[in-house]
Amino acid sequence: MSGLRTLLRDRRAAAGFLVLACCGTLALLAPLVAPADPLAQQDVLATRYLAPLAESPAGVRHWLGTDAFGRDVLSRLLYGARISLAVGLLSVAVSLLVGMAVGVLAAALGGVAERTLMAATDAALAMPRIVLLLALITLWEPSLALVVLVLGFTGWMPLARLARAEVKGVLGRPFVDAARASGVGRGRLVWRHVLPNATTSVMVAAALGVGNAIMLEAGLSFLGLGIPAPAPSWGNMIASGREALVNAPWIATFPGLAVVVTVIATSLIADGARDMLDPRTREGGGAGAVS
Amino acid sequence: MLGRIVRRLGLGLGIVFVVVTLTFILISLAPGDPARLWVGPGAGQEELTAARRALGLDHPLPLRYAAWLADFARGRWGTSIAQQRPVARVIADALPHTLVLSLSSLLVTYLFGLLIGVIQAMKRRSLLDTGLTVGTLLVYGMPAYWLAIMLVLVFAYGAARFDWPVWLQFPAMGVAGLDADFLSPWDRVADRARHLVLPLATLGAIGAAGTARFVRGSVLDVRGQEFVRTARAKGLPASAVELRHVLRNALLPVVTLLGLSLPALFSGTVFVEVIFAWPGMGRVMVDAVGARDYPIVMATTAIFAMLVVLGNLLADLLYAVADPRLRGETR
Repeated sequence: MSGLRTLLRDRRAAAGFLVLACCGTLALLAPLVAPADPLAQQDVLATRYLAPLAESPAGVRHWLGTDAFGRDVLSRLLYGARISLAVGLLSVAVSLLVGMAVGVLAAALGGVAERTLMAATDAALAMPRIVLLLALITLWEPSLALVVLVLGFTGWMPLARLARAEVKGVLGRPFVDAARASGVGRGRLVWRHVLPNATTSVMVAAALGVGNAIMLEAGLSFLGLGIPAPAPSWGNMIASGREALVNAPWIATFPGLAVVVTVIATSLIADGARDMLDPRTREGGGAGAVS
Repeated sequence: MLGRIVRRLGLGLGIVFVVVTLTFILISLAPGDPARLWVGPGAGQEELTAARRALGLDHPLPLRYAAWLADFARGRWGTSIAQQRPVARVIADALPHTLVLSLSSLLVTYLFGLLIGVIQAMKRRSLLDTGLTVGTLLVYGMPAYWLAIMLVLVFAYGAARFDWPVWLQFPAMGVAGLDADFLSPWDRVADRARHLVLPLATLGAIGAAGTARFVRGSVLDVRGQEFVRTARAKGLPASAVELRHVLRNALLPVVTLLGLSLPALFSGTVFVEVIFAWPGMGRVMVDAVGARDYPIVMATTAIFAMLVVLGNLLADLLYAVADPRLRGETR
């Protein structure tokens, strides 16, 4: 992808990618790099609330301390990254799929179908996302799949609007007329000629959604509605740390920092991408809808 | 202009209708029986049937929906299952607290967001700009619930433990102190204000950081455009160019942002209310969802949707006022 290469030339975007790649690698390698089992509890009374860098009576060093059950915070952070990153990426993939489908269909069909689809999008956009998330997740059983689906199906609307604007912009360009004139059918025209030229900025907007989704997942877990308890997720770690805020502030601090770092990395990538896709440096329409 | 308002209001009503209908369907499809919750686990089949009848759950879904909608539209919002109080009362108690929190944080968000963003754009590429860019990015990346906890850690626990001056210590819970009823009117206002500081700081800081990032980009965008060069070329003083040409055009998209940022603001409010034990709509809703208190869930959903719709309408009108190109247009 030449777009990606151009993007990586931007220092901010490169830094963002680097940070995300590190997070991803650490998450994937969690079983190898984590100093302890994230669920292992030793002698709870002796090992709980150990400060960062402290050594347990058994001689194990806890770089980021231990939590209320004597579990190693660093290890839980690394395993939590798996869940947070997976939820972020998968839910955005769902959003992207739905958003592209709605936006492209609307732009390609036009007329009443377009107006109906876009009205539905606007209605969905006016719904406070948190209300829907809360209602859906508490009423059904919280699970990883549900969190992914719910985040995905409540985040597609901006992408649909963007996709429609982009596709419409591309549809007005001369090479589309040329393709149409040479007898290319409507489906093939959209699929082969329009889509490849309209996806870049939608992908970028989606990438920005990853940080947002991670933040929301942590928020749901924080309210006790996300990833069920013994499994570590950044959100439920913050929630459990809140109960011991005075005695062991590190339990809530580190997972929060992890969220901040991830969100900032995605924002940096989005910043770089926005400059790259700056409407004045390229031709064609659809720019107005980016903001 | 009037036609535009009426059209938008109609559209807004439609959106609220879609939202409550969707919520009703989702709630009805979800597992978990509110009647069972109401009578408790020890109740027999007879009691359960009676409870279902009392709650109106023994009718088929379309009928229940029609009946509910008719009542809801006429302002009869029913009784809270968990609290056994009229829903309207519960809402009336909670809504002012949420409005105080969200309106004041909107004020802080735009006041500081605009100020910081414009200063950054004016001093572009200076040390100040770089510092503020890093700072706003950092705060923007913070989840509201985490920033709230950190603020409590520093300004409630930390401040008390390390004997900071009293004006730097802030309460971490509720809207007023336990002794509020015994205070003089002025002290009572001060007490309320002190309780507002940490929740407001949480929402305001995150909102202002996001707005500043947006405003900076917007101002720089406009300044690079040709009509600004034209204005400079025809000999206007720099201050006039900045104020009348750059700022005015740069602030247009910020008005749209106002409407778009409302749902995010309410999300933040929900978390902040839970953490600071702020007795507003967000907390009421979180509690109601947990207790399967359907009438409350429906009412809070509807109110949040209405607030969002109203906010969008307001932003739309402001936009029309601010942008002469749209004035008089009935699009």
